[in-house]
Amino acid sequence: MSSDVAPPEAGTGGGVPPAVPPAAEGSGKVVAAGSAVSRPPLWRLAIRWETGLVVALAAALVFGSLESATFTSRITLFYAGINIGYIAIMALPMTLIVVTGEIDLSVASMLGLSGAVLGDLWHHGWSIWPAVLVALAVGAVGGSLNGLLVTKLGLPSIAVTIGTLTLFRGVAEILLGSQTIPTASDRPFPSWLTNIGVVPVSGTELSYTTVIFIGLAVVCGVALHATPLGRAMFAAGLQSEAARFAGIRVARIKFWLYVFSGVICALAGILLAAQNSSVSYNAGFGLELNVVAIVLLGGVSIFGGRGSILGVVLSVAIIGSLQMALTQMNIDPNVQEIVIGGLLLISVVIPSLSRAARWLGARLSLGRSGHTPWAPD
Amino acid sequence: MKGFNKMRIRTARRQAAVVFVALLAGSGLAACSSSSSGSSTSSSTATSSSSASASSTGIKQGLVVYYIPKDTQNPYEVLADQGGEKALSELGGKVVVSSGTTDTAAAQIPSIQAAIQAHANAIVIAGNDPKALCPSLNQAAAQGIKILAFDSDVNCGSSPNHLFINQADTQTIGTSEVDILAKEIGSTGQIAILSAAASATNQNSWIVYMKQELAKYPNMHLVKIVYGNDDPATSLTVLLGLLSAYPNLRGIISPTTVGIQAAAQYLNTHKSLLSKLVLTGLGLPSQMKPYVLDGTVKEFELWNPSNLGYLAGYAAAALASGTTSLTTGSTFKAGSLGTYTVLASSGVTGPSVVLGPPTVFTKDNVTQFNF
Repeated sequence: MSSDVAPPEAGTGGGVPPAVPPAAEGSGKVVAAGSAVSRPPLWRLAIRWETGLVVALAAALVFGSLESATFTSRITLFYAGINIGYIAIMALPMTLIVVTGEIDLSVASMLGLSGAVLGDLWHHGWSIWPAVLVALAVGAVGGSLNGLLVTKLGLPSIAVTIGTLTLFRGVAEILLGSQTIPTASDRPFPSWLTNIGVVPVSGTELSYTTVIFIGLAVVCGVALHATPLGRAMFAAGLQSEAARFAGIRVARIKFWLYVFSGVICALAGILLAAQNSSVSYNAGFGLELNVVAIVLLGGVSIFGGRGSILGVVLSVAIIGSLQMALTQMNIDPNVQEIVIGGLLLISVVIPSLSRAARWLGARLSLGRSGHTPWAPD
Repeated sequence: MKGFNKMRIRTARRQAAVVFVALLAGSGLAACSSSSSGSSTSSSTATSSSSASASSTGIKQGLVVYYIPKDTQNPYEVLADQGGEKALSELGGKVVVSSGTTDTAAAQIPSIQAAIQAHANAIVIAGNDPKALCPSLNQAAAQGIKILAFDSDVNCGSSPNHLFINQADTQTIGTSEVDILAKEIGSTGQIAILSAAASATNQNSWIVYMKQELAKYPNMHLVKIVYGNDDPATSLTVLLGLLSAYPNLRGIISPTTVGIQAAAQYLNTHKSLLSKLVLTGLGLPSQMKPYVLDGTVKEFELWNPSNLGYLAGYAAAALASGTTSLTTGSTFKAGSLGTYTVLASSGVTGPSVVLGPPTVFTKDNVTQFNF
């Protein structure tokens, strides 16, 4: 409750509080801004998470080209966009939310709800644009419900968004039941809309969802890494209390991030409806785990305060190309899940290992810096 | 669940020893390496397709047919796919089975794309969604791939035109299950349906006919339809919800092999419920045998899923070879099953072929079937 009240001298929340501990890889901006410790940057660059992701992506691409006869054909890029694009879009607001130390598990249910609202209005004779706008507005309302519960009532976001995960999906089910819209008696969705699923953006091999993802990634990347707002998000994730005392409106930032997430997930629901030429209440069921997986593999710390949009973009590319290659090779889908799960485990384990190594290094050099970064808080 | 585990790591991580962490990393890496080594053996499946040549029966040799079941674990679908493999091996062709682990359209679309990229001759799909697969299937048809649906149809209209291999007359399945249940509960009481995915075309069209048939039994009331998503755990969860919400429930119809087995398993360990509750539906004799023999379930229905896949395989080969067409009255030979005729469109169902009437299994005959 009180966390919304910023001290009067605070502006838009610029500076990083001095209490912020030295951040590790992935949040170079915060390190540069908040830490006076000057370390040789070369070895830091070498162990950056993104560097590892680039290597992993290269490995995935080489693996795909060698093992699958059709991986290098141009349409693969389009197909990958169709399969992962709408999921990847939801990973961007999720990244920002996780950076601030929270989580949004209702993303896939919001995708389903937005599609259901769109379908229900279409079924009742609405034309497409008003229906799309209402679906987006439902995203904003759902997002602000999450945001209010988390920031005003101070409830843990994992509990709140598990609740809304069920709530949103339930409303979608009430709206559509077992119907698939358009039903046999409905008008089909307009063809310019459904073309999103079958035609690449003209002159490219990119799906519409891919192009929207790239555009949104640029916006989120700039916001997170090159603005005071972004530094405030990192600060909120590292030390929420300290950030608040430094004048950062932590609650307000988190609230609007949930609204942003709701709207973007609603957009993903509309794009999926377009791609499938139809909506069912169970569209995107269970995808929240894929979204979280993408974000974590991208090097965003689940504890908040660390991460980069670049890492998440690379993570999307890795998972997307691995899935394409493995499906083309007709690998058992269970094995595919094991591969993705294994990658995820590694993404959690390696940062811990590298922190442990650095902690050991600090102990060996006998406290030249007074910190022990092994413990995050 | 993955998400919960992540959160748990958060609290446990301080205590986590470096050794433990290294073990986790090792297991992750091992998973990656074992999968990539397994891949090389099956990578050849996607490549050979275009060297088709006509044999004496008019069926081309070397046909590649992609079977895309609802998911890869469903035992019913596994049997159907095996039937398809038998058919194509008799015809000198090959079946590639490809799908996801969950019953969603999104999990099937990559398999359709893979079939397009592999220049398959035909796709035989069990639709997880009546419409969401149509854009992808239409792309496949545009590349000259013949489209067939089996088990669960897709409602794509004319984009693409496709042949539905129907397991049994849709209306007969729906009405006969209600009749079986009515007979067992004296046509009186509350009943419920334990279905598969809410968007599954086959389930929903059977349920439509069940509701119609229920009009004949004014004292039987359908109180709830629950969806177990063809997942044993989900089916059990929704079943328990059903039993607690409707303590006076007299009957459950589960027109899915996964649902009926989950329900039978539960009732088998809670026999006190059996005094008033009757379970029937569609089940595999091999799975249901113990429950029928011990009286948990008295009657259920099914057709031979392996024959369904076999019929679909012959139909796919005949369409891909141009020896039959979607025109009403076209015929084709389906190996040991004999000759089949393409039926006219009716309602949302396009051209179709019907395997035959369903078989009713009781304790007298259930041991005679091995599928």
